[in-house]
Amino acid sequence: MTRTYPEEAVSGFPQPTREVTDSEGRTILLCCPNESERLVEMYLAFDPADRAQGIPPVEESTIREWLDRITGPDTLNLVARHGDRTVGHVVFVGDTEYELAIFVLQAYQNAGIGTALLRTALGAAAATGIERVWLSVERWNNAAIALYRRVGFEAADTPEFGMEMTLRLDVTE
Amino acid sequence: MRVIVGVNGSESAMAALVAATERARAVDDDLTVAVYGGPDPVDVVETRVRDRLSTLDIDAPVERLEGHPGGLLVERAEQGGFDRIILPGGTRSPLGKIQFDSTVEFVLLNAQTAVTLIR
Repeated sequence: MTRTYPEEAVSGFPQPTREVTDSEGRTILLCCPNESERLVEMYLAFDPADRAQGIPPVEESTIREWLDRITGPDTLNLVARHGDRTVGHVVFVGDTEYELAIFVLQAYQNAGIGTALLRTALGAAAATGIERVWLSVERWNNAAIALYRRVGFEAADTPEFGMEMTLRLDVTE
Repeated sequence: MRVIVGVNGSESAMAALVAATERARAVDDDLTVAVYGGPDPVDVVETRVRDRLSTLDIDAPVERLEGHPGGLLVERAEQGGFDRIILPGGTRSPLGKIQFDSTVEFVLLNAQTAVTLIR
């Protein structure tokens, strides 16, 4: 599949580990890539209405299989943690171009965590040499599309049912 | 019931074909297979489908869709008096997201008959 990427690379994203305060005053740590048990707990608590194109899976066993696959080689993961609880997760999977997905637990949405987590994950991705990032998003998901645009994603020219967006990271920083 | 299954030769399409033939046999549906090019040219797909049908011992007509497969499949289903279109239910992205190709999207949006996606 050939995707179009913006010519201009985007730079200036922060690096993990970072601590941010969300708009509800909660202290959120953006960190800790390999904590699979806490991630399983987060996805077990996930609202079915926030599922996108079949992920995250519903059953615990399929959640575990999916997490094994997306936390293995050729992936990059970052989580948002509130106290002991994992409340957000960004993952990149790929080889030459990387597919991105971000999930934030319902009670932690609309508080700025997604933006901070996404920006920090893009900083981590650029630092590891990931240049081309793509994602698919349902065309009606305006909140997500607005978030992706804010950090620099552009709509890609693809014939997919869902909308695809791409971003080029500056890996020379 | 008269059903038409669309197959482009991809792995998921061949799996959908097998599932559709099993279902058709179980409920005694009248099955037609419409082949179209995708990753492979339509000739290759047709041969692969005929081979598979013969392995499964299914005697179903195989028709070729040459041109815009989605449009042709919708038209064929209507004009041929089919009750249902069966298609493979999408592929998975590296992250596991379901993705529909443009034929599935077109058929879902335009078909007047029931559409079944096999996953």
